[in-house]
Amino acid sequence: MTIRRTTAMLAAVAMLAVGACAKKAPEELPPAPEGTDTGSTDTGIGNAVIPGSQQDFVANVSSDRIFFDFDQYNVDAEDQATLRSQAQWLQRNPAVRVTLEGHADERGTRDYNIALGERRANAAKNYLASLGIDPSRINVISYGKERPAALGSNEEAWAQNRRAVTVVIGR
Amino acid sequence: MPFRTSLSLALLLTAAPVLAQEAAPTPPTVVPTEPRETIEGQLSQERTVIAVPAFATPSVTTVAGLRTDTLGRQIGEVIAADLERSGLYAPLGPGSVRAITMAEVTAPRFADWKARNAENVVHGFVRATGTGGFIVGCYLYDTALGSELVRQGFEIQPGDWRRAAHKCADAIYSRLSGEAPFFDSRIAYIAESGPKGNRVKQLAIMDSDGGNHKFITNGQALAISPRFSPDYKKIVYVSYLNNRVRVFIYDVAAGTQKLVTESGNATFAPRWSPDGRQILYSMAVGGNTDIYRISADGGTPVRLTNAPGIDVGGSFSPDGKKIVFESDRSGGQQIYTMNIDGSQQRRISFGGGRYATPEWSPRGDLIAFTKMGGGEFRIGVMTPSGGGERMLTNSWQDEAPTWSPNGRVIQFFRTTPGRTGKSTIWQVDLTGVNLRRLPTPRDGSDPSWGPILP
Repeated sequence: MTIRRTTAMLAAVAMLAVGACAKKAPEELPPAPEGTDTGSTDTGIGNAVIPGSQQDFVANVSSDRIFFDFDQYNVDAEDQATLRSQAQWLQRNPAVRVTLEGHADERGTRDYNIALGERRANAAKNYLASLGIDPSRINVISYGKERPAALGSNEEAWAQNRRAVTVVIGR
Repeated sequence: MPFRTSLSLALLLTAAPVLAQEAAPTPPTVVPTEPRETIEGQLSQERTVIAVPAFATPSVTTVAGLRTDTLGRQIGEVIAADLERSGLYAPLGPGSVRAITMAEVTAPRFADWKARNAENVVHGFVRATGTGGFIVGCYLYDTALGSELVRQGFEIQPGDWRRAAHKCADAIYSRLSGEAPFFDSRIAYIAESGPKGNRVKQLAIMDSDGGNHKFITNGQALAISPRFSPDYKKIVYVSYLNNRVRVFIYDVAAGTQKLVTESGNATFAPRWSPDGRQILYSMAVGGNTDIYRISADGGTPVRLTNAPGIDVGGSFSPDGKKIVFESDRSGGQQIYTMNIDGSQQRRISFGGGRYATPEWSPRGDLIAFTKMGGGEFRIGVMTPSGGGERMLTNSWQDEAPTWSPNGRVIQFFRTTPGRTGKSTIWQVDLTGVNLRRLPTPRDGSDPSWGPILP
């Protein structure tokens, strides 16, 4: 089953998922798998959350992304904790597939940054795999510097952009 | 008619297929703009003054909606703009000098032009052929000696009139500077629009002066790093179509594209060999990027690098025997050369900072690169053995040099910082003095300059 559902199905799933919550289901489907993460912090809390969806994922892991130092791709202790929470969610949702998006800050050349984003996304993928997640459930794509999450040109923005983001693409 | 066709018609243009082709998957959405120079660089002090009056016409005729007298003025303007952009000349274009008569084309009034301090004067004419096209005559004179330096004629289809102007400007430039021509050439680049966090990036093409602009892709999939094939029939580029990173070969005439190679891995940073028969690309496998070479017709790729670091990009030497590329195997990005079979890999950049995007000059004498350090991204050149490093620009972020067909001018893109930061296309000559922005309908990046048109 893909994440494309009819409105009726969506409403039914929403009622199951929310239980006591009186708020109605979102009118729109979860973000389409097309494109990159939008940096959105809308976790869907208070709204209907479809199990196995991106909203469900974001609401139940410590973060959907890990961050890297300049020109680095090592997964540090904080990243490992984040990825462990992601692995636990993936184990609870064994049918779900994800894309790991690798990104770089703007202070690199275009082609190199695509290669760097590949390194970062693969580093995250390999760590998830080491925690028992089947690597065939994980797609990898590098956006290099093409899709910054923070738009400033300063160290704070660049630190937010050097990232690997896990995006649910359905099951 | 004084124009000697026996000599000059040998140079007649034929309509090149690339100019007659229809738009590909998406029609152009922006009317091509007239080129307009934005002079932001410092100008060299001793530029030769050249008068370029409007070209004359023996009789005003309209062909395909184009009047010969209007065309004569426009051709003069394009020639003047080309010469101005070279940085070597101070042209007095049709807007600043009087028009000439048909008789003057072969009998200039040298005293008039000397009075304007012009060392040279360009004359020419536009005449309808009677068969749907035009003849453009192009003459260059030395005003002090009263002698003719250039005489050329071109038979053109109406849609190719700008090419006649570029051909004439090339003849003038080559005769006066001793350098090979470069104006009659085209550029593939990426047109950019939209917010910084979600830029729309479209493959686009244009003449070397920004004329005849055309969008090729519609922007639904990110497009980056295009390169014209040497015969201008194809463009190799990277598309994020279907959320994958893959190198495609786009056929300009057919408007179709195919993958350079079938692979589940990301392929990017493509380049043509000088003969157009082979393509270099980079491929990331499990996070490790290496450089591969494949026939442009497909087949089995040859892996050229196997260092544990990122090996990426690559540019052939003009004789097709060597490749310059970048690698971070030493810990940071540096420039290396190798033979086309991957042997004899050797680092050539040793200055402080990181070096990237090396491009071998079509003359073979220099390699252009992006140098990162000290909070700046700058364009520079060095010899193929790594000597004589010289920086040509100075900016927050200049990136990705591409050479003019004669190896005297470099285009690149310049990005400004901040939330509203944008990229635009610039060019600089090898002196570093003549720095200009190239006019494009939208923002632009990843310019790729093709050879002189066939």
